[in-house]
Amino acid sequence: MAWIIRDYLRCSGCRRCEIACSLHHEGKMWPEASRVRVFMLVPGVEIPHLCAQCHDYPCVSACPVGALSVSDETGAVLVDKEKCTSCGLCIDACPGNIPFLHPGDSKAVICDLCGGDPQCVKVCQDAKFNALWVVRTRRGSFNKKLFAQTPEELTRDVATNLYGEKAEELI
Amino acid sequence: MPRGYAGKFLDVDLSSEKIEDIAFDDEILKNYVGGRGLAAKILWDRLSEEWETVDPLGPENIFLALTGPLTAIYPGARVCISGKSPQCNGIIGSTTSSEFPSELKCAGYDGVIVTGKAESPVYILITDDKAEIKDAKHIWSKEALETIRILNKEVRETLEKRTPNVGKWKEPGLIYCGPAGESRVRTAAVMTKVSHAAGYGGYGAVMGSKNLKAIVAKGRKPLPDVVSSGAVKLLWREVDRRFSQRDRTWPSAWGTGYGGYEVGARSSSEPVRNWQEEWHDEKSFGGPKFDFRYWVKRYWSDFNCSGSCMKLAIIKTGPYKGTFTDNPDYELEAYLGPNLGIFDPGECIYMSALIDYLGFSGINGPNTLAFAAELYQRGILTKDDLGFELKWGDVEGFEALARKIVRREGIGDVLAEGTYRAALKISKMKKVDVTKYAVHVKGVEIGAHGTRSGQDYRPAGYACSPQCGDHTSGVYDAYQDMGMVFLDSAVICSFVVDWQYLWDYYRAVTGWDTTEEEWNRVLGHRIIHIQRAALLLGGPDIKWDPTVHDDNPPRYYEPLPSGPYKDKTTDRKAVEEMKKQYYEAIGWDERGIPKSEVLKKLGLEDVDRLLDKLRL
Repeated sequence: MAWIIRDYLRCSGCRRCEIACSLHHEGKMWPEASRVRVFMLVPGVEIPHLCAQCHDYPCVSACPVGALSVSDETGAVLVDKEKCTSCGLCIDACPGNIPFLHPGDSKAVICDLCGGDPQCVKVCQDAKFNALWVVRTRRGSFNKKLFAQTPEELTRDVATNLYGEKAEELI
Repeated sequence: MPRGYAGKFLDVDLSSEKIEDIAFDDEILKNYVGGRGLAAKILWDRLSEEWETVDPLGPENIFLALTGPLTAIYPGARVCISGKSPQCNGIIGSTTSSEFPSELKCAGYDGVIVTGKAESPVYILITDDKAEIKDAKHIWSKEALETIRILNKEVRETLEKRTPNVGKWKEPGLIYCGPAGESRVRTAAVMTKVSHAAGYGGYGAVMGSKNLKAIVAKGRKPLPDVVSSGAVKLLWREVDRRFSQRDRTWPSAWGTGYGGYEVGARSSSEPVRNWQEEWHDEKSFGGPKFDFRYWVKRYWSDFNCSGSCMKLAIIKTGPYKGTFTDNPDYELEAYLGPNLGIFDPGECIYMSALIDYLGFSGINGPNTLAFAAELYQRGILTKDDLGFELKWGDVEGFEALARKIVRREGIGDVLAEGTYRAALKISKMKKVDVTKYAVHVKGVEIGAHGTRSGQDYRPAGYACSPQCGDHTSGVYDAYQDMGMVFLDSAVICSFVVDWQYLWDYYRAVTGWDTTEEEWNRVLGHRIIHIQRAALLLGGPDIKWDPTVHDDNPPRYYEPLPSGPYKDKTTDRKAVEEMKKQYYEAIGWDERGIPKSEVLKKLGLEDVDRLLDKLRL
C-alpha cells in the first residue's frame, strides 16, 4: 500500500502541498481545508501534518456513527460526510490530533491518499524538496503510528534537531 | 467585486478604536490593482491636500498593509507596506514575503488601513470577517523571537477557546515592528517571520509611532475565487515547473547570499567600509563558507513559493552560539559584512540576526552604522561621542551602537534619524560637512549595488526612482520599469515571476482585459506620477529639489580606489543624459516635475493642481 514519507527537515514550508490538496478535493485554493496542513509554530520548523494510517486506526474505532472506514485498496481512512456528526471524537482519538473539522461544512477531514496517487507529493517532488514522497509499505506495520504525533511534539523534536539548546527558548 | 480579491479592506482608527470594513470601486482596483499602486491612490486621496504638513510619525499618517489580486494565488506571496515614508517623505511600496498576506486573504480581507494612534501598545487581531484591537503591553519592547513566540501561543489559545473541538489551530500570520520601530527609528522595518522585512521606507517606525506592535491574521476561508479556475490550476503548476527548469543555483540552491563574494570580486559594486571601496576578493566570505558551516536548512520558502531563496543558518559553536536567522541574503551579507569591515561569515550571521531581532531594515539600518564608523575613522565622531570605540570589523562596537540607536541614547538618538538626517545634524554639531559620507538617495539608504564599476546598476537608476535608494525599483526606462510596479501592485515576488505567463495568469484570476502595453504606458505611469508628486511635495521636515536631489550621493562620484575597475567612477555626463532621457520618456519637465499635459492626459488633474505650486 502507498504511504507518504514525511521528512520534516526537508520541508521548506512552501505549503504548495496544501494548495494541491485543496485544488484536488475542494476545487479551489483553500489551505485550511487541505488534508495536509503545514504547521510553523517556530520559525523555520515546518511540520506537514497528515494522517499516518495507524495499523489499528483509533479514529475509526472512536467514531460513534460509523462515518469512518478504511479503504481496502489504499489503507486510507475514508470519511462518509453524510454520516459524520462533527462530534470531533476522531480528533481526540488520534494520537497526533491530526483530523480536523472542515472550515466550510464542519465534517471530519482526513487524508484519503487521493486514491493512491497523492497530489501533495507531486508538487513537493516538482520542487525537488522531497519532504513528501510515496513508498509502498506493508499493511499493518506498527511504525506508522509513531508518526501520529501532535504538531507541538513534532515541533519540539525538529526544533531541537535544528537549533539545539536554543529550541527551548523558541517553543 | 472582481475576482482574486477577498472583497473588503479593514479600516482601523486606533485613536477612536473604530473598525470598519470598506470596499473600493472596481474601477479603482482595475486601475491601481493593489499593493503599491493602491497605496499611492489611497494616500493621495486621503492626504494629498495637506501632504506637506503630514508628519510621517504623527497620528495623521496612514499605515497600509496591502495585498493584490495575485497575492497567494500566484507562486510567491508578498505583502506591500506603505504610508507617508519617514525616510523620503514620499510614498514607497515596500514588500516582503510572509504568511501574513495569505492568512489575511483567507480571513476575507485584501488589506489593512491604519490611522490614528493607540493610547498604549496594541495589536490588531484579524479572524474570519472580523477584527479587534488587543492589548500589546506584554510584547512591547520584545525582540523578534519573543514576539513571535508569544503571539503564536496567545492567538492559538484564543482561537482554540473561541472555537474549540475543530482540531489543532494553526499558527497565525503576522507582521510586527521590533524595538527599533517602537523607538521610531527611521531605518526600522516592518518585520515578519524573524528575518523577513519590508525594509525600505521606514515603516516600522510608523507602526511604532501608532503604538501598533503587530497585525495578526488567521483565516479559515478559501483564497478568493478566480474567473477561470481551470486555467489558474494549470498556470499555477506550469509557472512553477518552468521555474524549476531554470538555472536554480540562484535563488534556490545558493540563495542570493553567494553574491556576498561575487558582487565584490566580479562586478566590484559591493559596499565595503561605507562604500569607500566596492571591491574585495575575500574568498573566506564566499557562499560555501556560510553554506557548509552554518546552514541547517537549505530550502526555506514562503507561502506558495518553491523558490526557497531563504536558508536557515545557525551558529553552533563559539561566543555567538545559538544565534539563528535566515542566512543573510546578498543585501545583508554586504551590509553586515564588508560594509562594516566584517569578513567572517559567523560574525556576519550574528550581526544579521541582531539587526533582524531588533527590527532594523537590514540595508538601511547598517548603512547608518557604517556611516558612523567612517566618521569614527576620520576622527569626527570620537570615543567620547560614542562611549566606545567603533573600528571596522568590530562586532561588539557595532552591536553596542545598534542598541544605542534603539534606545535613542546620546549619539544613538541622532543616528536613529537615518543616515541623511543624522548627517545633517552631525554636520551642525561638528561644524564640518559630513553629508558627503552619507550614502543615500533622498533619505533612503541605497541597496548594496553600486554604479561606479559600470558592471551593475545604471548611472541614474536610483536618482530618478520614486522609491529612491530601493535596489529593487531602480529606473531603467519608462516602459520596462512598469513591470516591477506591477509586481509590487499585484503583490508577488520578482524572483519567481514568469513574465511569459504573467498577464495570462492575471486575466485568468481577475477576468480583466488589461494588457501589458496598457499597464506599461498608462496605468503604471499614473502610479509613478503620484509617487513622484508626493516625493516632491515632501515635508514637513525635508523637501527635495529635483534639480539637486535627483542625483547619486557624492561617494558615487569618487574614483574606485581598488580592484579591477580601479579609478573608474560614475560618469556625471551619463547620469545627466540618462536623467534627460527618462524625464522625457516618463513625461517630466526639465526640472523633473511631472508635466501638466501629461498628467491631464492620464486623468490626474488633482495631481497636476497640487504640483502647480512647485512649478512657480
